[in-house]
Amino acid sequence: MKPAAFTYHRARDVAGAIRLLAELGDEAKIIAGGQSLVAMMNYRLARPAHLVDIGRIGGLDHLRGDGSTLRIGALTTHHAVEVATDAWLGRGFTLLRDAMAWVGHLPIRTRGTVGGSLAHADATAEWCLLAVLLDAEIVASGPRGTRTIAAGDFFHGFYTTALAADEMITEVVFPRPAPHSALLEFAERRGDFAIVSAAVDLDVDEHRAGRAVRGGRVALGGVAPVPVRVPEAEAVLAEGGQAGPDLFRRCAAAAAAAIDPPGDGNGSADYRRALTQTLIEDACAKAVSR
Amino acid sequence: MTDRQLITLRVNGEPYELVIEPRRTLADTLRQDLGLTGTHLGCEHGICGACTVLVDGAPARACLMFAVQAEDRDIRTVESLADGDELSDLQRAFSAHHALQCGFCTPGFLMLAEGFLAERPEATREEIRELVSSNLCRCTGYQPIVDAVEDCARRRQASRREHDRAACGEAERSGHAAGA
Ligand SMILES: Cc1cc2nc3c(=O)[nH]c(=O)nc-3n(C[C@H](O)[C@H](O)[C@H](O)COP(=O)(O)OP(=O)(O)OC[C@H]3O[C@@H](n4cnc5c(N)ncnc54)[C@H](O)[C@@H]3O)c2cc1C
Ligand code: FES
Ligand code: FES
Repeated sequence: MKPAAFTYHRARDVAGAIRLLAELGDEAKIIAGGQSLVAMMNYRLARPAHLVDIGRIGGLDHLRGDGSTLRIGALTTHHAVEVATDAWLGRGFTLLRDAMAWVGHLPIRTRGTVGGSLAHADATAEWCLLAVLLDAEIVASGPRGTRTIAAGDFFHGFYTTALAADEMITEVVFPRPAPHSALLEFAERRGDFAIVSAAVDLDVDEHRAGRAVRGGRVALGGVAPVPVRVPEAEAVLAEGGQAGPDLFRRCAAAAAAAIDPPGDGNGSADYRRALTQTLIEDACAKAVSR
Repeated sequence: MTDRQLITLRVNGEPYELVIEPRRTLADTLRQDLGLTGTHLGCEHGICGACTVLVDGAPARACLMFAVQAEDRDIRTVESLADGDELSDLQRAFSAHHALQCGFCTPGFLMLAEGFLAERPEATREEIRELVSSNLCRCTGYQPIVDAVEDCARRRQASRREHDRAACGEAERSGHAAGA
Protein backbone atom coordinates (compact mmCIF):
# COMPACT_ATOMS: atom_id res chain seq x y z
CA MET A 1 0.00 0.00 0.00
CA LYS A 2 2.83 2.41 -0.75
CA PRO A 3 3.00 4.38 -4.00
CA ALA A 4 5.79 3.88 -6.52
CA ALA A 5 8.48 6.54 -6.63
CA PHE A 6 7.89 9.68 -8.68
CA THR A 7 9.40 13.11 -9.23
CA TYR A 8 7.40 15.99 -7.81
CA HIS A 9 6.88 19.28 -9.63
CA ARG A 10 4.98 22.24 -8.22
CA ALA A 11 3.36 24.41 -10.87
CA ARG A 12 3.29 28.14 -10.19
CA ASP A 13 0.66 29.01 -12.76
CA VAL A 14 -1.48 27.45 -15.49
CA ALA A 15 1.09 28.14 -18.21
CA GLY A 16 3.78 26.48 -16.10
CA ALA A 17 1.64 23.41 -15.47
CA ILE A 18 0.92 23.01 -19.17
CA ARG A 19 4.58 23.44 -20.07
CA LEU A 20 5.53 20.72 -17.58
CA LEU A 21 2.84 18.37 -18.87
CA ALA A 22 3.95 18.91 -22.47
CA GLU A 23 7.64 18.38 -21.58
CA LEU A 24 7.15 15.32 -19.42
CA GLY A 25 4.68 13.61 -21.74
CA ASP A 26 2.61 10.55 -20.88
CA GLU A 27 4.64 9.80 -17.77
CA ALA A 28 3.24 12.86 -16.02
CA LYS A 29 -0.02 13.36 -14.18
CA ILE A 30 -1.67 16.35 -12.56
CA ILE A 31 -2.38 16.14 -8.86
CA ALA A 32 -5.04 18.47 -7.45
CA GLY A 33 -6.73 17.35 -4.20
CA GLY A 34 -5.32 13.84 -4.52
CA GLN A 35 -8.53 12.26 -3.20
CA SER A 36 -8.80 9.87 -6.13
CA LEU A 37 -5.24 9.83 -7.43
CA VAL A 38 -3.38 9.12 -4.18
CA ALA A 39 -5.70 6.22 -3.35
CA MET A 40 -4.98 4.78 -6.82
CA MET A 41 -1.25 5.36 -6.37
CA ASN A 42 -1.30 3.66 -2.96
CA TYR A 43 -2.82 0.63 -4.69
CA ARG A 44 -0.33 1.10 -7.56
CA LEU A 45 -3.24 1.21 -9.98
CA ALA A 46 -1.58 4.45 -11.07
CA ARG A 47 2.22 4.78 -11.20
CA PRO A 48 3.00 8.16 -12.78
CA ALA A 49 6.73 8.91 -13.02
CA HIS A 50 6.03 12.62 -12.53
CA LEU A 51 3.39 14.48 -10.56
CA VAL A 52 2.56 18.06 -11.44
CA ASP A 53 1.00 19.64 -8.36
CA ILE A 54 -1.48 22.32 -9.40
CA GLY A 55 -2.71 22.83 -5.82
CA ARG A 56 -0.75 26.06 -5.30
CA ILE A 57 -1.84 27.84 -8.47
CA GLY A 58 -3.63 31.02 -7.44
CA GLY A 59 -6.92 32.28 -8.82
CA LEU A 60 -8.46 28.87 -9.59
CA ASP A 61 -10.54 28.42 -6.45
CA HIS A 62 -13.31 30.87 -7.26
CA LEU A 63 -17.06 30.55 -7.11
CA ARG A 64 -18.51 33.43 -9.05
CA GLY A 65 -22.21 33.81 -9.74
CA ASP A 66 -23.97 36.74 -11.37
CA GLY A 67 -27.48 35.30 -11.01
CA SER A 68 -27.65 33.84 -14.50
CA THR A 69 -24.34 31.93 -14.75
CA LEU A 70 -22.06 30.40 -12.18
CA ARG A 71 -18.33 29.96 -12.78
CA ILE A 72 -16.43 27.56 -10.55
CA GLY A 73 -12.62 27.31 -10.52
CA ALA A 74 -11.03 23.90 -11.04
CA LEU A 75 -9.39 24.04 -7.60
CA THR A 76 -12.58 24.99 -5.74
CA THR A 77 -13.12 22.23 -3.19
CA HIS A 78 -16.36 20.32 -2.71
CA HIS A 79 -16.44 21.77 0.80
CA ALA A 80 -16.15 25.37 -0.43
CA VAL A 81 -19.31 24.79 -2.49
CA GLU A 82 -20.99 23.03 0.45
CA VAL A 83 -20.59 26.11 2.67
CA ALA A 84 -21.19 28.76 -0.02
CA THR A 85 -23.82 31.34 0.90
CA ASP A 86 -26.91 32.08 -1.19
CA ALA A 87 -25.36 35.42 -2.10
CA TRP A 88 -22.34 33.68 -3.63
CA LEU A 89 -24.31 31.05 -5.46
CA GLY A 90 -27.49 32.82 -6.50
CA ARG A 91 -30.88 31.24 -5.86
CA GLY A 92 -30.86 29.17 -9.02
CA PHE A 93 -27.71 27.28 -8.10
CA THR A 94 -28.38 25.97 -4.60
CA LEU A 95 -28.71 22.47 -6.08
CA LEU A 96 -24.92 22.40 -6.38
CA ARG A 97 -24.50 23.15 -2.69
CA ASP A 98 -27.08 20.58 -1.63
CA ALA A 99 -25.49 17.92 -3.83
CA MET A 100 -22.15 18.17 -2.01
CA ALA A 101 -23.47 16.24 0.99
CA TRP A 102 -23.41 13.16 -1.28
CA VAL A 103 -19.70 13.50 -2.16
CA GLY A 104 -17.79 11.18 0.17
CA HIS A 105 -17.31 12.68 3.63
CA LEU A 106 -16.14 15.98 5.10
CA PRO A 107 -12.40 15.09 5.14
CA ILE A 108 -12.64 14.12 1.46
CA ARG A 109 -14.60 17.26 0.58
CA THR A 110 -12.11 19.61 2.25
CA ARG A 111 -9.42 18.53 -0.25
CA GLY A 112 -11.17 17.06 -3.30
CA THR A 113 -11.70 19.55 -6.12
CA VAL A 114 -14.35 20.19 -8.75
CA GLY A 115 -11.80 20.01 -11.58
CA GLY A 116 -10.37 16.76 -10.22
CA SER A 117 -13.82 15.17 -10.07
CA LEU A 118 -14.61 16.10 -13.66
CA ALA A 119 -11.21 14.94 -14.95
CA HIS A 120 -11.38 11.69 -12.97
CA ALA A 121 -14.85 11.06 -14.46
CA ASP A 122 -16.19 8.37 -12.16
CA ALA A 123 -19.49 7.10 -13.60
CA THR A 124 -21.39 8.11 -10.45
CA ALA A 125 -19.49 11.25 -9.47
CA GLU A 126 -21.91 14.01 -8.50
CA TRP A 127 -20.05 16.75 -10.39
CA CYS A 128 -20.15 14.76 -13.61
CA LEU A 129 -23.90 14.18 -13.22
CA LEU A 130 -24.54 17.85 -12.41
CA ALA A 131 -22.46 18.96 -15.41
CA VAL A 132 -24.44 16.72 -17.78
CA LEU A 133 -27.80 17.69 -16.29
CA LEU A 134 -27.17 21.43 -16.41
CA ASP A 135 -25.27 21.59 -19.75
CA ALA A 136 -22.12 22.83 -18.07
CA GLU A 137 -19.13 23.95 -20.10
CA ILE A 138 -15.70 22.73 -19.13
CA VAL A 139 -12.87 25.15 -19.83
CA ALA A 140 -9.49 23.52 -20.49
CA SER A 141 -6.07 24.99 -21.29
CA GLY A 142 -3.29 23.27 -23.22
CA PRO A 143 -0.30 24.00 -25.41
CA ARG A 144 -2.70 24.69 -28.30
CA GLY A 145 -4.67 27.26 -26.33
CA THR A 146 -7.88 27.32 -24.35
CA ARG A 147 -11.06 25.55 -25.39
CA THR A 148 -14.52 25.03 -23.98
CA ILE A 149 -16.01 21.56 -24.02
CA ALA A 150 -19.73 20.93 -23.54
CA ALA A 151 -20.37 18.42 -20.72
CA GLY A 152 -22.34 16.34 -23.20
CA ASP A 153 -19.14 15.81 -25.25
CA PHE A 154 -16.71 15.62 -22.34
CA PHE A 155 -17.28 12.16 -20.85
CA HIS A 156 -16.17 9.34 -23.18
CA GLY A 157 -16.35 6.25 -20.97
CA PHE A 158 -15.21 4.84 -17.62
CA TYR A 159 -12.59 7.30 -16.34
CA THR A 160 -12.07 8.68 -19.86
CA THR A 161 -12.72 12.20 -21.04
CA ALA A 162 -12.12 14.50 -23.98
CA LEU A 163 -9.06 16.00 -22.23
CA ALA A 164 -5.66 15.49 -23.84
CA ALA A 165 -2.78 14.42 -21.56
CA ASP A 166 -1.28 17.92 -21.72
CA GLU A 167 -4.53 19.76 -21.04
CA MET A 168 -5.75 21.04 -17.73
CA ILE A 169 -9.23 22.04 -16.61
CA THR A 170 -9.26 25.58 -15.29
CA GLU A 171 -12.94 26.26 -14.80
CA VAL A 172 -16.45 24.88 -15.18
CA VAL A 173 -19.30 27.16 -16.17
CA PHE A 174 -22.94 26.48 -15.31
CA PRO A 175 -24.72 28.57 -17.93
CA ARG A 176 -28.21 28.94 -16.48
CA PRO A 177 -29.98 28.76 -13.12
CA ALA A 178 -31.93 25.65 -12.14
CA PRO A 179 -34.32 26.79 -9.43
CA HIS A 180 -36.47 23.63 -9.54
CA SER A 181 -33.87 20.90 -9.47
CA ALA A 182 -32.77 18.08 -7.20
CA LEU A 183 -30.21 15.28 -6.97
CA LEU A 184 -30.83 12.06 -5.08
CA GLU A 185 -28.92 8.83 -4.91
CA PHE A 186 -28.66 5.48 -3.24
CA ALA A 187 -25.54 3.86 -1.83
CA GLU A 188 -25.31 1.09 0.72
CA ARG A 189 -23.27 3.19 3.12
CA ARG A 190 -23.33 6.93 3.65
CA GLY A 191 -20.66 8.63 1.58
CA ASP A 192 -19.97 5.75 -0.80
CA PHE A 193 -20.15 6.25 -4.53
CA ALA A 194 -23.81 5.75 -5.53
CA ILE A 195 -25.22 2.60 -7.09
CA VAL A 196 -27.64 4.84 -8.97
CA SER A 197 -27.89 8.62 -8.80
CA ALA A 198 -30.64 10.70 -10.37
CA ALA A 199 -30.87 14.42 -11.01
CA VAL A 200 -33.73 16.44 -12.47
CA ASP A 201 -34.16 20.06 -13.48
CA LEU A 202 -37.81 20.99 -14.07
CA ASP A 203 -39.29 23.93 -15.96
CA VAL A 204 -42.15 24.99 -13.72
CA ASP A 205 -44.80 27.51 -14.66
CA GLU A 206 -44.83 29.63 -11.52
CA HIS A 207 -47.81 31.71 -12.61
CA ARG A 208 -50.38 29.00 -12.95
CA ALA A 209 -52.22 27.79 -9.89
CA GLY A 210 -51.17 24.33 -8.72
CA ARG A 211 -47.82 24.57 -10.54
CA ALA A 212 -47.62 23.13 -14.01
CA VAL A 213 -44.55 21.42 -15.43
CA ARG A 214 -43.64 22.57 -18.96
CA GLY A 215 -40.58 20.40 -19.49
CA GLY A 216 -37.30 19.49 -17.91
CA ARG A 217 -34.09 17.54 -17.94
CA VAL A 218 -33.38 14.14 -16.39
CA ALA A 219 -29.91 12.66 -15.88
CA LEU A 220 -28.74 9.39 -14.34
CA GLY A 221 -25.44 8.10 -12.96
CA GLY A 222 -24.53 4.46 -12.40
CA VAL A 223 -26.59 3.10 -15.30
CA ALA A 224 -23.95 3.55 -18.02
CA PRO A 225 -20.16 4.16 -18.22
CA VAL A 226 -20.84 7.91 -18.17
CA PRO A 227 -23.64 10.02 -16.70
CA VAL A 228 -26.48 10.14 -19.23
CA ARG A 229 -29.46 12.29 -20.08
CA VAL A 230 -32.67 10.32 -20.64
CA PRO A 231 -34.59 11.82 -23.61
CA GLU A 232 -37.50 9.37 -23.13
CA ALA A 233 -38.13 10.72 -19.62
CA GLU A 234 -37.62 14.31 -20.75
CA ALA A 235 -40.26 13.75 -23.47
CA VAL A 236 -42.81 12.92 -20.78
CA LEU A 237 -41.99 16.17 -18.99
CA ALA A 238 -42.15 18.12 -22.27
CA GLU A 239 -45.74 16.97 -22.81
CA GLY A 240 -46.37 18.90 -19.63
CA GLY A 241 -48.97 18.54 -16.96
CA GLN A 242 -49.87 19.17 -13.37
CA ALA A 243 -46.86 18.77 -11.08
CA GLY A 244 -47.62 15.71 -9.01
CA PRO A 245 -47.19 11.98 -8.43
CA ASP A 246 -48.89 10.91 -11.67
CA LEU A 247 -46.62 12.91 -13.97
CA PHE A 248 -43.51 12.06 -11.95
CA ARG A 249 -44.33 8.33 -11.93
CA ARG A 250 -44.73 8.32 -15.72
CA CYS A 251 -41.52 10.25 -16.20
CA ALA A 252 -39.61 7.79 -13.96
CA ALA A 253 -41.16 4.77 -15.68
CA ALA A 254 -40.08 6.08 -19.08
CA ALA A 255 -36.51 6.37 -17.76
CA ALA A 256 -36.50 2.92 -16.16
CA ALA A 257 -37.73 1.40 -19.43
CA ALA A 258 -35.23 3.30 -21.58
CA ILE A 259 -31.98 2.46 -19.78
CA ASP A 260 -29.89 -0.68 -20.14
CA PRO A 261 -28.01 -0.68 -16.84
CA PRO A 262 -25.16 -3.04 -15.98
CA GLY A 263 -25.58 -5.76 -13.37
CA ASP A 264 -22.67 -6.24 -10.98
CA GLY A 265 -21.79 -6.92 -7.36
CA ASN A 266 -23.49 -3.68 -6.32
CA GLY A 267 -26.83 -4.56 -7.87
CA SER A 268 -28.51 -6.33 -10.75
CA ALA A 269 -29.84 -4.51 -13.80
CA ASP A 270 -33.40 -4.90 -12.45
CA TYR A 271 -32.37 -3.47 -9.11
CA ARG A 272 -30.85 -0.46 -10.84
CA ARG A 273 -34.09 0.00 -12.80
CA ALA A 274 -36.10 -0.11 -9.58
CA LEU A 275 -33.77 2.47 -8.00
CA THR A 276 -34.13 4.66 -11.09
CA GLN A 277 -37.93 4.60 -10.76
CA THR A 278 -37.88 5.59 -7.09
CA LEU A 279 -35.09 8.14 -7.30
CA ILE A 280 -36.54 10.05 -10.26
CA GLU A 281 -40.01 10.19 -8.71
CA ASP A 282 -38.58 11.47 -5.44
CA ALA A 283 -36.20 13.90 -7.15
CA CYS A 284 -39.07 15.40 -9.19
CA ALA A 285 -41.16 15.84 -6.05
CA LYS A 286 -38.24 17.49 -4.27
CA ALA A 287 -37.41 19.71 -7.25
CA VAL A 288 -40.94 21.06 -7.62
CA SER A 289 -41.21 21.84 -3.91
CA ARG A 290 -38.13 24.09 -3.97
CA MET B 1 14.46 6.29 -8.19
CA THR B 2 15.56 7.85 -4.91
CA ASP B 3 14.66 11.37 -5.70
CA ARG B 4 14.76 13.11 -2.34
CA GLN B 5 13.61 16.58 -1.54
CA LEU B 6 14.19 19.04 1.27
CA ILE B 7 10.91 20.22 2.74
CA THR B 8 9.79 22.21 5.73
CA LEU B 9 6.69 21.21 7.65
CA ARG B 10 4.84 22.89 10.48
CA VAL B 11 3.28 20.31 12.77
CA ASN B 12 1.53 21.23 16.01
CA GLY B 13 3.18 24.63 15.83
CA GLU B 14 6.73 23.21 15.53
CA PRO B 15 8.77 23.71 12.36
CA TYR B 16 10.63 20.69 10.94
CA GLU B 17 13.11 20.33 8.10
CA LEU B 18 13.13 16.94 6.40
CA VAL B 19 14.77 15.27 3.43
CA ILE B 20 12.22 12.80 2.09
CA GLU B 21 11.05 11.02 -1.01
CA PRO B 22 8.07 12.77 -2.61
CA ARG B 23 6.12 9.50 -2.45
CA ARG B 24 6.12 9.67 1.36
CA THR B 25 2.54 10.29 2.49
CA LEU B 26 1.89 12.82 5.21
CA ALA B 27 0.72 9.97 7.46
CA ASP B 28 3.99 8.03 7.03
CA THR B 29 6.02 11.19 7.50
CA LEU B 30 4.26 12.02 10.76
CA ARG B 31 4.67 8.50 12.09
CA GLN B 32 8.06 7.45 10.79
CA ASP B 33 10.04 10.64 10.32
CA LEU B 34 8.61 12.73 13.14
CA GLY B 35 7.74 9.92 15.58
CA LEU B 36 4.19 11.24 15.97
CA THR B 37 2.56 7.82 16.07
CA GLY B 38 -0.79 9.10 17.36
CA THR B 39 -1.96 9.35 13.74
CA HIS B 40 -2.98 5.80 12.82
CA LEU B 41 -3.13 4.02 9.48
CA GLY B 42 -5.88 1.55 8.72
CA CYS B 43 -6.83 1.30 5.07
CA GLU B 44 -4.46 3.73 3.33
CA HIS B 45 -7.06 4.60 0.74
CA GLY B 46 -9.32 7.13 2.37
CA ILE B 47 -12.07 4.92 3.75
CA CYS B 48 -11.42 4.39 7.47
CA GLY B 49 -10.40 7.85 8.68
CA ALA B 50 -7.91 6.57 11.31
CA CYS B 51 -5.32 8.93 9.76
CA THR B 52 -7.47 12.10 9.96
CA VAL B 53 -5.46 15.22 10.86
CA LEU B 54 -6.14 18.94 10.49
CA VAL B 55 -4.65 20.76 7.50
CA ASP B 56 -5.07 24.52 7.98
CA GLY B 57 -7.80 23.66 10.47
CA ALA B 58 -9.81 21.39 8.17
CA PRO B 59 -10.05 17.61 8.71
CA ALA B 60 -8.18 15.70 5.99
CA ARG B 61 -6.94 12.16 5.33
CA ALA B 62 -3.18 12.05 5.95
CA CYS B 63 -2.94 8.86 3.85
CA LEU B 64 -4.28 10.69 0.77
CA MET B 65 -1.77 13.51 0.88
CA PHE B 66 1.95 13.56 0.17
CA ALA B 67 4.09 15.35 2.73
CA VAL B 68 5.46 17.57 -0.06
CA GLN B 69 1.92 18.85 -0.58
CA ALA B 70 1.73 19.83 3.10
CA GLU B 71 4.59 22.33 2.92
CA ASP B 72 3.61 25.73 4.36
CA ARG B 73 0.37 24.28 5.67
CA ASP B 74 -0.49 24.21 9.35
CA ILE B 75 -0.73 20.54 10.35
CA ARG B 76 -2.30 19.47 13.63
CA THR B 77 -2.31 15.93 14.95
CA VAL B 78 -3.91 14.28 17.96
CA GLU B 79 -0.73 14.99 19.95
CA SER B 80 -1.72 18.68 19.97
CA LEU B 81 -4.93 18.17 21.94
CA ALA B 82 -3.72 17.41 25.46
CA ASP B 83 -1.74 19.95 27.47
CA GLY B 84 0.88 17.75 29.10
CA ASP B 85 -1.06 15.24 31.21
CA GLU B 86 -4.19 17.39 31.03
CA LEU B 87 -6.62 15.97 28.45
CA SER B 88 -8.60 18.40 26.30
CA ASP B 89 -12.36 18.83 26.84
CA LEU B 90 -13.03 16.72 23.73
CA GLN B 91 -10.76 13.92 24.96
CA ARG B 92 -12.43 14.03 28.40
CA ALA B 93 -15.85 13.76 26.75
CA PHE B 94 -14.68 10.67 24.81
CA SER B 95 -13.50 9.15 28.07
CA ALA B 96 -16.67 10.03 30.00
CA HIS B 97 -18.96 8.57 27.32
CA HIS B 98 -16.86 5.44 26.70
CA ALA B 99 -16.47 6.56 23.10
CA LEU B 100 -13.51 4.23 22.67
CA GLN B 101 -12.72 0.61 23.35
CA CYS B 102 -9.57 -0.53 21.54
CA GLY B 103 -8.77 3.10 20.69
CA PHE B 104 -7.41 2.47 17.21
CA CYS B 105 -9.91 4.81 15.54
CA THR B 106 -9.86 7.42 18.31
CA PRO B 107 -7.19 9.85 17.03
CA GLY B 108 -9.04 10.07 13.73
CA PHE B 109 -12.41 10.71 15.36
CA LEU B 110 -10.91 13.30 17.71
CA MET B 111 -9.32 15.31 14.89
CA LEU B 112 -12.45 14.95 12.76
CA ALA B 113 -14.60 16.34 15.56
CA GLU B 114 -12.07 19.02 16.53
CA GLY B 115 -12.00 20.42 13.00
CA PHE B 116 -15.75 20.15 12.53
CA LEU B 117 -16.71 21.83 15.83
CA ALA B 118 -14.34 24.72 15.09
CA GLU B 119 -16.29 25.38 11.88
CA ARG B 120 -19.75 24.51 13.23
CA PRO B 121 -19.84 25.26 16.95
CA GLU B 122 -23.66 25.15 16.99
CA ALA B 123 -23.83 21.71 15.32
CA THR B 124 -27.00 19.69 15.83
CA ARG B 125 -27.01 16.03 16.84
CA GLU B 126 -28.13 15.14 13.33
CA GLU B 127 -25.12 16.94 11.84
CA ILE B 128 -22.84 15.19 14.31
CA ARG B 129 -24.27 11.78 13.30
CA GLU B 130 -23.63 12.65 9.67
CA LEU B 131 -20.07 13.74 10.50
CA VAL B 132 -19.29 10.57 12.44
CA SER B 133 -20.18 8.51 9.36
CA SER B 134 -16.89 9.80 7.87
CA ASN B 135 -14.76 7.39 9.90
CA LEU B 136 -14.95 3.71 10.82
CA CYS B 137 -15.05 2.29 14.33
CA ARG B 138 -15.22 -1.47 14.74
CA CYS B 139 -15.81 -1.46 18.52
CA THR B 140 -18.19 1.15 19.89
CA GLY B 141 -21.20 1.11 17.58
CA TYR B 142 -20.78 4.90 17.14
CA GLN B 143 -23.52 6.01 19.58
CA PRO B 144 -21.05 6.85 22.36
CA ILE B 145 -18.92 8.79 19.86
CA VAL B 146 -21.95 10.86 18.81
CA ASP B 147 -22.77 11.40 22.51
CA ALA B 148 -19.22 12.51 23.30
CA VAL B 149 -18.99 14.99 20.41
CA GLU B 150 -22.42 16.40 21.21
CA ASP B 151 -21.61 16.73 24.91
CA CYS B 152 -18.38 18.55 24.11
CA ALA B 153 -20.22 20.88 21.70
CA ARG B 154 -22.88 21.71 24.34
CA ARG B 155 -20.27 22.38 27.02
CA ARG B 156 -18.35 24.68 24.71
CA GLN B 157 -21.58 26.52 23.85
CA ALA B 158 -22.41 26.93 27.53
CA SER B 159 -18.96 28.26 28.35
CA ARG B 160 -19.14 30.67 25.40
CA ARG B 161 -22.47 31.99 26.67
CA GLU B 162 -21.02 32.30 30.16
CA HIS B 163 -18.07 34.18 28.74
CA ASP B 164 -20.34 36.49 26.67
CA ARG B 165 -22.49 37.22 29.72
CA ALA B 166 -19.43 38.01 31.78
CA ALA B 167 -18.08 40.27 29.02
CA CYS B 168 -21.51 41.94 28.76
CA GLY B 169 -21.69 42.51 32.52
CA GLU B 170 -18.19 43.90 32.45
CA ALA B 171 -19.13 46.33 29.68
CA GLU B 172 -22.28 47.39 31.54
CA ARG B 173 -20.39 47.99 34.75
CA SER B 174 -17.72 50.03 33.01
CA GLY B 175 -20.51 51.84 31.12
CA HIS B 176 -22.16 52.81 34.45
CA ALA B 177 -18.83 53.82 35.87
CA ALA B 178 -18.19 56.06 32.90
CA GLY B 179 -21.69 57.58 33.16
CA ALA B 180 -21.40 58.21 36.90
C1 LIG C 1 -13.47 7.57 0.66
C2 LIG C 1 -13.77 8.38 -0.57
C3 LIG C 1 -15.08 8.57 -0.97
C4 LIG C 1 -15.38 9.32 -2.10
N1 LIG C 1 -16.68 9.46 -2.47
C5 LIG C 1 -16.99 10.19 -3.55
C6 LIG C 1 -18.34 10.36 -3.97
O1 LIG C 1 -19.27 9.85 -3.34
N2 LIG C 1 -18.57 11.11 -5.08
C7 LIG C 1 -17.56 11.68 -5.80
O2 LIG C 1 -17.83 12.36 -6.78
N3 LIG C 1 -16.28 11.55 -5.44
C8 LIG C 1 -15.97 10.82 -4.33
N4 LIG C 1 -14.65 10.68 -3.99
C9 LIG C 1 -13.60 11.28 -4.86
C10 LIG C 1 -13.41 12.75 -4.61
O3 LIG C 1 -14.55 13.46 -4.98
C11 LIG C 1 -12.24 13.35 -5.38
O4 LIG C 1 -12.07 14.61 -4.81
C12 LIG C 1 -12.36 13.60 -6.84
O5 LIG C 1 -12.74 12.44 -7.53
C13 LIG C 1 -11.04 14.00 -7.46
O6 LIG C 1 -10.67 15.31 -7.14
P1 LIG C 1 -9.22 15.63 -6.65
O7 LIG C 1 -9.06 17.09 -6.64
O8 LIG C 1 -8.97 14.94 -5.37
O9 LIG C 1 -8.34 15.03 -7.84
P2 LIG C 1 -7.01 14.17 -7.85
O10 LIG C 1 -7.18 12.93 -7.07
O11 LIG C 1 -5.85 15.03 -7.52
O12 LIG C 1 -6.94 13.81 -9.41
C14 LIG C 1 -7.87 12.92 -9.99
C15 LIG C 1 -7.60 12.81 -11.48
O13 LIG C 1 -7.93 14.02 -12.13
C16 LIG C 1 -6.80 14.61 -12.77
N5 LIG C 1 -6.94 16.06 -12.54
C17 LIG C 1 -7.12 16.67 -11.34
N6 LIG C 1 -7.33 17.99 -11.52
C18 LIG C 1 -7.28 18.21 -12.86
C19 LIG C 1 -7.43 19.38 -13.67
N7 LIG C 1 -7.68 20.59 -13.14
N8 LIG C 1 -7.31 19.23 -15.01
C20 LIG C 1 -7.06 18.01 -15.58
N9 LIG C 1 -6.91 16.89 -14.86
C21 LIG C 1 -7.02 16.98 -13.51
C22 LIG C 1 -5.60 13.96 -12.14
O14 LIG C 1 -4.52 13.89 -13.02
C23 LIG C 1 -6.14 12.57 -11.82
O15 LIG C 1 -6.10 11.76 -12.94
C24 LIG C 1 -14.33 9.92 -2.86
C25 LIG C 1 -13.01 9.75 -2.46
C26 LIG C 1 -12.72 8.99 -1.33
C27 LIG C 1 -11.28 8.79 -0.93
S1 FES D 1 -5.70 5.13 6.69
FE1 FES D 1 -6.31 7.01 5.82
S2 FES D 1 -8.43 6.76 5.64
FE2 FES D 1 -7.80 4.78 6.32
S1 FES E 1 -12.58 1.88 19.48
FE1 FES E 1 -11.86 0.13 18.41
S2 FES E 1 -12.15 0.76 16.36
FE2 FES E 1 -13.08 2.32 17.41
